[in-house]
Amino acid sequence: MVTAVRRMLPVVGLVAVLLLIWEGSKVLFGISDQRLPHLGDIVTTMFTRTQGGNGPLLLVQMLINAWATLRVAMGGFFIGGLLGFGLALLFMRMPILERGLMPYVIGSQTVPILAIAPMVVVGLGRMGAEPWVAKIFVAAYLTFFPVTIGMLRGLRSASPQSLDLMRSYAASSLQTFWKLRLPASLPYLFASLKIAASASVIGAIVAELPSGSSEGIGVMILNAAQFYNSRPPALYLAILVAGLIGVVFYGLVALAERLIVKR
Amino acid sequence: MDTPIIEFERVSKIYQGGAGPVTALHDVTLRIAAGEFIALIGPSGCGKSTLMRLIGDLEQPSNGTVRIKAKTPDQARRDRDYGIVFQSPVLYDWRTIRKNVELPLEIMGRPKDQRRQRAMELLKLVGLGDFGDAYPHQLSGGMQQRASIARALSFAPSILLMDEPFGALDEITRERLQLELLSIWWEAEPRPTVIFVTHSIPEAVFLADRVVVMSPRPGRVQRVVEVNLARPRAFETREDPQFFALVTEVRECLRATETAG
Repeated sequence: MVTAVRRMLPVVGLVAVLLLIWEGSKVLFGISDQRLPHLGDIVTTMFTRTQGGNGPLLLVQMLINAWATLRVAMGGFFIGGLLGFGLALLFMRMPILERGLMPYVIGSQTVPILAIAPMVVVGLGRMGAEPWVAKIFVAAYLTFFPVTIGMLRGLRSASPQSLDLMRSYAASSLQTFWKLRLPASLPYLFASLKIAASASVIGAIVAELPSGSSEGIGVMILNAAQFYNSRPPALYLAILVAGLIGVVFYGLVALAERLIVKR
Repeated sequence: MDTPIIEFERVSKIYQGGAGPVTALHDVTLRIAAGEFIALIGPSGCGKSTLMRLIGDLEQPSNGTVRIKAKTPDQARRDRDYGIVFQSPVLYDWRTIRKNVELPLEIMGRPKDQRRQRAMELLKLVGLGDFGDAYPHQLSGGMQQRASIARALSFAPSILLMDEPFGALDEITRERLQLELLSIWWEAEPRPTVIFVTHSIPEAVFLADRVVVMSPRPGRVQRVVEVNLARPRAFETREDPQFFALVTEVRECLRATETAG
């Protein structure tokens, strides 16, 4: 019980400090409610009903949309993760390919996703694909890169002597992969999966913006921004929920790491 | 000598370095009999680790031939003739100690219960009977190195290659492990041939049947010192006047290599 309190203390303390800074700066710098609403108003907004008082609570609506975004992010994360994993394997086996392809891989990540997302969404839409295909594509696009880099580093992390041992046992290259290279790479893999988890959420949200889609936290953010003048707290709420998606996804990956990586 | 288990015939090893070729080993001819305990000693750069790695097929000779049981080192490696112990334990930190010892047997496709039984047997032998389920980071350096020795012995290889295995340990642990290694080796059936690379003169003399003294630039065999101390050796062996005489002999020999170079 005492340890539980002790563990919670930093979290609770930090929230209290943030609240203080938020409300304090409003008073200190005289920021209007229009530009920075009271936290209390944001909380109140959560529990207002949508659709002119007949719909679900705004918070519930936000969470339903957040779930839609999280699903897309997870789909993109899964596909992008597999792609990154595959590329890392390919580059490890064939360093020539790495030298040849890596510049394009890096280049692909330097182009702003905001510029690519509409092209992908519109392009795939014209080809008759469902809207979610484009969204998952964009999320995967942001995911594969950190996984490729992290996994490649991980696959090369086995020490020369641990490889010498495998050689002395006359282990096949498949055995060396399963029993040495892969387990040695897991800490690196999970570090990059954590980055990929939040990147895939960004990808999913950005892909929701131009598509005229009907669901997702990106749509909520657009709506709230449109009606910002009449109801500022809604946008803040949408942003907080978007952040929450990232935290939840990161937490899931961290949990998987604790279950899988033993030492 | 009986038919040697390890045969070096005019072996040289040249590395292509950035600053031109470096001769790590020059014209080495050496015969080692089955069951012998051989210590390789010499200053850094004398090629003693290279010599060990040539035996284990971890490096290929530039000139000359290496024969292991009348086979190529490559064939001997495929026949799983080598157990290797490095200076660092090189345990896989995601495996328990027992699973580390089982690793070679796993790769060789031995059935599960047989591997498990063998691993426990060896862990008892090296004094780690109660630590099978621990992870490497939970053990001290000396215990980790014991586990690493157990792993090398797990598949009863005919040749044990040890590259400064006790080099990173404190003197007290080191002397205890030397004794333990000797008794394990002495009682093993069949007794493996040991190639033991070391920097320590007393260690070489205490352990070996023959001490191969090497000199640097280029690395070559300077002399082979026969150690005719009685076996099994014990704690008291280190206090034997003959032990001191031999330590002095090896030391003189090493000094001669320096002045010659």
